[in-house]
Amino acid sequence: MSLLQIHEPGKTPLPHARKSIAVGIDLGTTNSLVAVSENNKPLVLRDAHGHGLVPSAVLYQSGSMHVGELARAALQDHPERVVVSIKRLMGRGAEDVMRVADQLQYELDTSSGGMVRVKVGGRVLTPVEISGHILEELRGRAERTLNREVRQAVITVPAHFDDGARTATKDAAKLAGLQVLRLVNEPTAAALAYGLDKGAEGTYAIYDLGGGTFDVSVLRLEMGVFQVLATGGHVQLGGDDFDRAVAEHFLHDRTRMIGADKVTSGDVKRTMAVARQAREHLTEHETGSWPLELAGRLTWHSLDQATLNTLIAPKVEQTIEIARSVLADARLDPPDLTGVVLVGGATRTPLVRKRVAEFFGRAPLTDIDPDEVVALGAALQAEALTRGSDALLLDVTPLSLGLETIGGLVERVVPRNTPIPVSLAQEFTTYQDGQTAMAIHVVQGERELVAENRSLARFDLRGIPPMTAGAARIRVLFSVDADGLLTVSAEEVTSGLRQQVAVKPSYGLSDGEMADMLRASIEHAKDDMTERLLREARVDAERLLLAIDGALRSDGNLLSEGERREIDHQMGALRRVMVGTDRTPILDRVDTLNIATEAFAARRMDRGIQQALAGVSVSALADRLEAGEGTRPPGATK
Amino acid sequence: MTAQPAPTSDRAPASAACWSCSGTLDRDGLFCESCGALQPPRIVDHFVRFGLPAAFDIAIPALDRRYFELQRRMHPDRFAARLPKEREYSLQHAANLNDAFQTLKAPVRRAEYLLALKGRPMRGSGQETVDDEEILVHAMAMREALAEANTPAAADAVVADACAQFERVTKDLAAAFAANDLAAAARQTLRLKYLDKFVEDARERRRP
Repeated sequence: MSLLQIHEPGKTPLPHARKSIAVGIDLGTTNSLVAVSENNKPLVLRDAHGHGLVPSAVLYQSGSMHVGELARAALQDHPERVVVSIKRLMGRGAEDVMRVADQLQYELDTSSGGMVRVKVGGRVLTPVEISGHILEELRGRAERTLNREVRQAVITVPAHFDDGARTATKDAAKLAGLQVLRLVNEPTAAALAYGLDKGAEGTYAIYDLGGGTFDVSVLRLEMGVFQVLATGGHVQLGGDDFDRAVAEHFLHDRTRMIGADKVTSGDVKRTMAVARQAREHLTEHETGSWPLELAGRLTWHSLDQATLNTLIAPKVEQTIEIARSVLADARLDPPDLTGVVLVGGATRTPLVRKRVAEFFGRAPLTDIDPDEVVALGAALQAEALTRGSDALLLDVTPLSLGLETIGGLVERVVPRNTPIPVSLAQEFTTYQDGQTAMAIHVVQGERELVAENRSLARFDLRGIPPMTAGAARIRVLFSVDADGLLTVSAEEVTSGLRQQVAVKPSYGLSDGEMADMLRASIEHAKDDMTERLLREARVDAERLLLAIDGALRSDGNLLSEGERREIDHQMGALRRVMVGTDRTPILDRVDTLNIATEAFAARRMDRGIQQALAGVSVSALADRLEAGEGTRPPGATK
Repeated sequence: MTAQPAPTSDRAPASAACWSCSGTLDRDGLFCESCGALQPPRIVDHFVRFGLPAAFDIAIPALDRRYFELQRRMHPDRFAARLPKEREYSLQHAANLNDAFQTLKAPVRRAEYLLALKGRPMRGSGQETVDDEEILVHAMAMREALAEANTPAAADAVVADACAQFERVTKDLAAAFAANDLAAAARQTLRLKYLDKFVEDARERRRP
């Protein structure tokens, strides 16, 4: 297909474009993929060579950038211009990045506080921007291959991604001009692909070992419902960690051969790349040897499968331990499962397959390519969300959510493996006489002490009326939406004072930063938003007109001739502004029409007055029941 | 089983009209019959939400089935391409369903909820004064047995015993609710809570 046929994103005149389509994206640590599904038939989108995998590597040169194979190849000659494995830094702050084991792979700028920044090719970029560049490439690939506009996507994330990393992923999509229909957990997406393609039913464990993250989820597949029973994992455990073990082994050998060298971050990136080649080679072969050239000095390194297994065994055992505890959370033993599915490129490692088969007591399933299954599931979900589906995903919170209480302890409000979406409240109180403010500190994790969990957000509830200690009743509500994103609100119950925060992660981008990045990114996000609001206004208007048409047909005799004329006139006026591209007059006309039909609606209501009275008593009764439930004090959750 | 108002009689609110087109609502009051718009969730108890009798002894497969059926219609994934207002309602519906499902599925939470519904709420674990010495002594004996179990097999035996007790107490609790003996039900609920916490802690201890 000729490139000339592709319009500049955001400038495509809508009426001329073919209908846009939603895609599924697996944004991986090592590789990313984009797939699309029509009529429940998902397909990975490939380049001219038939490659579906796009290496998640970005090469930054003056004035240009490249994503994919070219960027990965440039790692050998220009490591300082290439970023790889950026997913590991998503949602990380300048302070907590030191916990990331492979920080040496990146040249970091931690001067500015807040979100960590990476120095590459003379630029200083956030992980959100770099991921945005990868997503833009994937979106471009989809638009070129399909010759259709792509504005919406389902993007997969590790089930164990915390709130900060999820928000960062959504922000990256926004920079790439993509509206995220849903963030779907990677193992859940894989289960969807298996369930729909292979007609699987029963209880399955999904063992998902990717380039940088590990997840294991247990799902029940029944009657088209994909119910996650339990999930667990580690966000810093994957093929990268295998590579690092091999790279350290090589560097150790090298020191023995030629003495100690000063190792730069570019050297680490190069050695990691060689280590990855070695590991991949040993998937199919018993032994091999590889050259490593650093600082102009060449050394050769050999490795066999047995040595590789010794190097990576601790990491593999860690995944098995996590699988064991997830099964315990689901109250299941390995024999209770119907099957085990392998997902992620790192599950090609022979030792991983052997240990998984041993632990679960059965040969794992690999019918669908472990590299592609997540993207296929994401594409199926994108189709389901835009065009409907019989299948339904019911996912859970991967990590417990709670608040800091006195003494640095965590009070859990939403336990891990709670089905989402969910809204749960807990009451807290003051501990000093006359206390008028309370610090709300939201944390995520399983540990008892605040310091050992991840800090998500802090805010203060102020203006609490002075009372004796323990008299105030602060009700804190945690709401997790279907993307797994958290909103927290706090309310002093006796006074009704209320505050709400969408949890802006402690290490997230500020609204200002995000706005600047959006402006810098070819303005298409803005067009996108305007367009979406316009479409929504039109849909709203359309719906109102349809409703009134229906009401006029059935109850038109409730109106006088004059009233009827007025309503007809207002409807005509709305129809005229609807074709325009400015949403303000549409919204205004909708309001006017609503007012014009108010009396009509009231009269229609009166027709059902008997039912109305019956309803009052029912809801009054229900109120009473609910009030009884509400008196249950907090803490009685188990 | 004691007579509880049949949930179906509580269901159709009948009074309300569709927020979007003022049309009439379907039997469950969930959707508009004229324009198909999703309606805001109403305040009903968890049993009514699933169309189940307000009793302790409920069929879990029936609960599962109703939960799936309702989520299939209400889940936000079904409304991704709909109006913001419907998306918001679907989020609330799905959250309510999840809360109700989690509460009714677990015997301890179901019992506590049912007691509150019948006007005899338990006090929370924080303020709870355990005046029942028998329960207290028994709970302490079990903790000691677990602490003294020095092989995994011995610990497993203690946990298995606790699980068997849990089954027995669940049966007694069902009988107490069926006889509408709320005092006995509250007492059995407290026992069940201790056993549940015990098994939970024992499991947690074995986590890697």
